[in-house]
Order: sequence, then C-alpha cells, then structure tokens
Amino acid sequence: MSVHPVVDQASNAARFLADRSREEYFDTLMWSLREARDRSASEVPEWEQLRDLGSAIKEHTLSHLADYLEQFEASAKRNGVEVHWAHDAHEHNQIVAEILSRHGAKQLIKSKSMLTEECDMRRYLENRGVTVTETDLGERIQQLDDEPPAHIVGPAWQKSPEDVARVFAKAYGSDPNNAAPVYLAHEMRVHTRALIEKADAGMTGANFAVAETGTVVTATNEGNADLSGNVPRLRICSVGIEKIVPTHRDLAVFIRLLSRSAVGMPITQYTSHFRAPRRDGEMHIILVDNGRSERLGMEKFWQSLKCIRCGACMNTCPVYRRSGGLSYGSTYMGPIGIIMMPTFDIRRFSELPFSSTLNGSCSNVCPVKINIHEQIYAWREVMDEKHQIKLAKKSAMVAAGEVLSHPELYRIVTAAGETTLKRLPRFAIYNDFNAWGKHRETPLPAGQTFHEWYKANRRKA
Amino acid sequence: MRVGLVVPCYIDVFYPEVGIAALELLERLGVEVDYPFDQTCCGQPMANSGCEADSRATEEHFIGLFSRFEYIVIPSGSCTHHVRNKFIAAPPGPERDQVSKHVYDLIEFLHDVLKVNEFPWSEFPHKVALHNSCSAVRGLHMASMSERVHDPYFNKPKALLEKVKGIELVDFPRHDECCGFGGTFSATEEAVSARMGYDKLGFIQRSQPEYIVSSDMSCLMHLQGCGRRLGTEVKFRHIAQLLNGDHA
Repeated sequence: MSVHPVVDQASNAARFLADRSREEYFDTLMWSLREARDRSASEVPEWEQLRDLGSAIKEHTLSHLADYLEQFEASAKRNGVEVHWAHDAHEHNQIVAEILSRHGAKQLIKSKSMLTEECDMRRYLENRGVTVTETDLGERIQQLDDEPPAHIVGPAWQKSPEDVARVFAKAYGSDPNNAAPVYLAHEMRVHTRALIEKADAGMTGANFAVAETGTVVTATNEGNADLSGNVPRLRICSVGIEKIVPTHRDLAVFIRLLSRSAVGMPITQYTSHFRAPRRDGEMHIILVDNGRSERLGMEKFWQSLKCIRCGACMNTCPVYRRSGGLSYGSTYMGPIGIIMMPTFDIRRFSELPFSSTLNGSCSNVCPVKINIHEQIYAWREVMDEKHQIKLAKKSAMVAAGEVLSHPELYRIVTAAGETTLKRLPRFAIYNDFNAWGKHRETPLPAGQTFHEWYKANRRKA
Repeated sequence: MRVGLVVPCYIDVFYPEVGIAALELLERLGVEVDYPFDQTCCGQPMANSGCEADSRATEEHFIGLFSRFEYIVIPSGSCTHHVRNKFIAAPPGPERDQVSKHVYDLIEFLHDVLKVNEFPWSEFPHKVALHNSCSAVRGLHMASMSERVHDPYFNKPKALLEKVKGIELVDFPRHDECCGFGGTFSATEEAVSARMGYDKLGFIQRSQPEYIVSSDMSCLMHLQGCGRRLGTEVKFRHIAQLLNGDHA
C-alpha cells in the first residue's frame, strides 16, 4: 500500500498556470524544441525507417533481455569491471553506499542520471555522510534549489536565466542581477571544478549499455560525464536493465535518433564510451531492475521499456508544456511519465493517465515508436478495474452508462425546455459546469433538439 | 445507397442545426438517409474515462441499431474514431466488427466514398480558419500530421472546403496542436484545457478569420466557450453547414 498521497496533477498544473509569463516562457521554449526536432528529422530522408529500426532493435532486445544482460555482464567482467545486480532502488542505493564506504569515499560527483533520481539516491547517501555534487548544469541548478528535475533532458528548463541567477546568488554569492548565460555557466564552472578535482568517486548513468563489448555510453553536451567518470579513481555506473543494446551497429541507430529527437541536433557534443577502469582505479556497473522485469511482463505496457529518454514526447505534449514538469510529482513526467509511473506506485500515480487529451502527438514523435497515447488510454481502464477512479467521476460514468443505454431515459434528460441548464454535459463530458465555467462560457441549449426536430419534420407516420 | 446517420449527443442538444445540415447535405447528394430513432450515444464519454464496463450497454445499443447499415456516417471525428478504433466494450462478434468497419466520418464519406467534386449550392464569402481535431488527424488520418515530416501533404476537410464558392481559407501557427477539449479532460483538467483553448484562439486570430470551422463540433463547443469568455467576435460553424450551403 502506498504511503504517498495521490498526485493531483490538475491542481499542480493550475498553480503553474497562475503565473502566465512563466507558463508562456516554458511553452515557447518547449515548442521551439519540437520545431527543432521537426527540422532535424526532415533532414534525414530515412527518418521513418530509422524509427522502425530503432523500435525493432528494442523489441528484439527486450524479448531476449536475460541473454543480453548476461552477455553484457560477461563482457564487462572481461574488461575488468565489477558488475552488481540490484533488484530495487533500495538495493541499488545500498550497493553504492557499500562501494563508497569500502573506499572511505565521502565526496561523490555525478553526472545526470534519471535512474539515481528514481532511486532517490542522493538523499540516501547524504543521510550516510556522503556529499553528492551534481555536475550537469541543469541538474546542479535543481539540486541547489532543492527541486527535482522538471524535464528528463533539461532538468532546469522550467527556470528562466533570471531564476538561475537568483539560485546561484544564494548558493555562490554571485550577482543576482546578472542573468547572462555565459556569466552563469562560468559561475557554475568555477564552483564545481574544485569539487570535481577533490572528489573521491565519480558516478554516471547510462544512455546505452552495449552487450557485445560491455561498454556504457553517455550522451552529453557539457562533458561533465567524462569528468565524473574519469577524474576520480573510483567510478560507478548505474544502468537500468532496459538500456541494453546488442551491438555497436545497433547503438549507431539510436545515436542518430537520440539528440535529433531531443533537441534537434544531429549529435551531442560528447558521446562517451566507458569500457574499463583507469589503470590505477576501479569501475563498477550496477544493473538495476526496480520494477522493470515486472513491467516487461505486462502485455499492454512492456513497450514503454523501449524508451531512450529523449524527452520528445514532453516537448510536443500540449498538456506538459502548460503544466510544467514538476506538476506530475514524479521522476518521469509528461506522456512517457504517465505510462511509466503507475508501474512504480499505482495508487500514487492513479490520476496521471487522465492528464492527457489523447491527441496522439507523443506517439508520432517517439523515436522508438512507443504507442504512448494508446497506453495512456489503456491505463485509464486499469485504473477503473483497480478501483482507482475518484468516486464522483465513477458515479457520473455509471449514471451516464445507464442513461445512454436507455433511449427513453435519454430523451427525458435531453428534452428541450426540460431544464434551464441542460443536464446532458454532465454525462457527455462528465461536466460539472462549475469546472467548465471557470474559464469558459457554457454552451447554450437549443430551443429544440435534433431529435425533436426530426420527429416534427421528418418522421413518417 | 442507404446510410445510417448518427447524430452525436452534444450535437443533438446544443447544435441541432449541424445534424440537420448533415442530413440535408447527404440527401442533396442523392443518399437515402436513415436516422435510427432510438439512438443515444456511441459510448465514448465513459470509455474515454477508463470506465469501459459502463460503456458496454451503450455500445451494445449502438450496435443493435446500426449493424444493419452498409454505411454509418457521423459528423464527428472523435465519435467515428471511437466506433472504428476503440469499440471494445461490447463482446466481440460479427455485428460489432460490421459497425467498426463500416463507420465513416462525414468528411471521409464525402471525400473517399462519394468522391464529391462540387457543392454547387454552397457559397461562403468569408475568411475561414479550419481546425482539424486530433481524432480526425491522428486517429482517422483525414490529414497529414505535422510530426510526420516526410509524409506527403493532404487535408481532406480542406480539400472539400476549397470547393465552396468564395471561401478564403487562412493558415495559422501550430495548426494541428490540440485545442484542449479532450472530452472529460475539459472538466477534470479545466485550467490546462482552457489555457490550450485560449492559445489555440490566439494563434488562429493572428490571421483574423471571421469564422472557425471544424468537422468536430466538440472542439468548437470548447473554443466557442473560450471565445465568448474572452469576448472575441469570431464565429463558429461545423463544416457540414458550409458544404450544405449556409452563407453565414
């Protein structure tokens, strides 16, 4: 049973929307990424074939996952890497803490990893006396502001440069009124370099893990994964088990898809391959399940494991862009978050599948062709089956089902002039005119329904 | 040719003139139209809310009324999308399949089945912005999708509107972004829904059309509600009204 309250995405989104300029800034920024993605995709004539190929490779790998994981483990061991298996978030965090304590490591630097966010690792380690420093600019901003990432690619995209200037001023004593990106990046560099140089251990996540060679691959623009992975002698990589790809040939397909889908660039500044420990050091890879095998067994939802974390579905999602990433109250947000999060905690994330208009744009931009909007629809059914739909809505739907399957009842509630305020929308759109009417006028009932008109004018005796 | 006409519940109550226009238009085109008198709804409101079991009796009722038709025509992309692609609450069987395979949005029926070349009775000398619903575009593929950048361009509702005398069609940014209606979403997530509606109106109004026209009246019900709240002058029409010869 979940100990967390149900995430009320709709109310969180309403709060985000209350600040019009912030919402407009975020929507415009996210839409510009969608446009960049479109331009970038249009420059690759075989784009749709690449998507098909990416999807097929992922489906093949996921349906032979155990074999590829064992192959990866064997390859990594041959490279001199120590491989660990973590059943869940807690086990993952324990393994990291154990490795660090074995080396007396107290200062950990890490590059961005959504998996360590998923495991809530930073808090776990900090409670055990380890100082964790994020080296990704966006992730560091969020860490300093004590907020989780608002986007899986750009954790701080919800913040304007002015916001960042304020966060840095508080943390670093820099000029709160200087929001020039170059100045802010310099402040970040000055304050983080020192921590990188004296760190005892470095940690990265993984965009891909190649089974044939045991290589962990990260794609970044700041080079901070290379610093995190190469400067300290002790290196730890956390890898979700769905990140496996069979060969480097397969990897090439995803490299072509990833940053084009994410930000409309052909490739990231750094595509780094970590294969073995440095000569005087140690390298550990932790393969993390944390609910993934269970999801792999779900007929309607296993395909979400194909995700390569590009965030394109978020950038195009009209609801995400107007809700902000934090409104989902979850590690993964937007369309992909909606279909992943209920597998972690069905009660806590029971409302998320309703934070969508089912418009389908997300599925169209997904580089590995996950049927995202169809899964959102399917999750709604699961929520009903598992009795996770709010009582008011459920009762409205039961009543609607009753009225709409009985024509005589339906005619009574829809008869023109029957009531001043038509009752129909209550079941047509579960409307609550109060909710509808907050920002919109209610439709005006006609003097005569179509049905009444037809009866009067067309019905043959 | 005999057609079973579905008049969606919100058109029945709020926009009967749209149902009348669809009926008259089909008759003008020589189609024999049957309006099964006991019809109610396609079941989408419940099914879209996850309550598949609660839509079962309604969908069975629909199948009982419409499985005898060779063509089932609905002036609504979202209802058509539901009946064609998501009609799974009733037990599977030949009658359910018959209904799903023979249902058409009015636009599809005119464009693909009747292949109508002209609407000589129509004239609409106004500036018009066409809004295609997500069900029409991404559910029924009535137009090419902006995300699929390599697909050839096509737009069936637009192709039909271009046959209306005097019409001036205008473009606008983010043309196939969702308007924010989303069925139950419009109430459960009203703040985001309304923001999306305001934004959609804002983008459309950059081209200053007199009318916003769509083949989905539910999108227009939402946009009209937003527009009236914002005090905008723009008017709303279903595409069937223009094709049937409404002049204003």
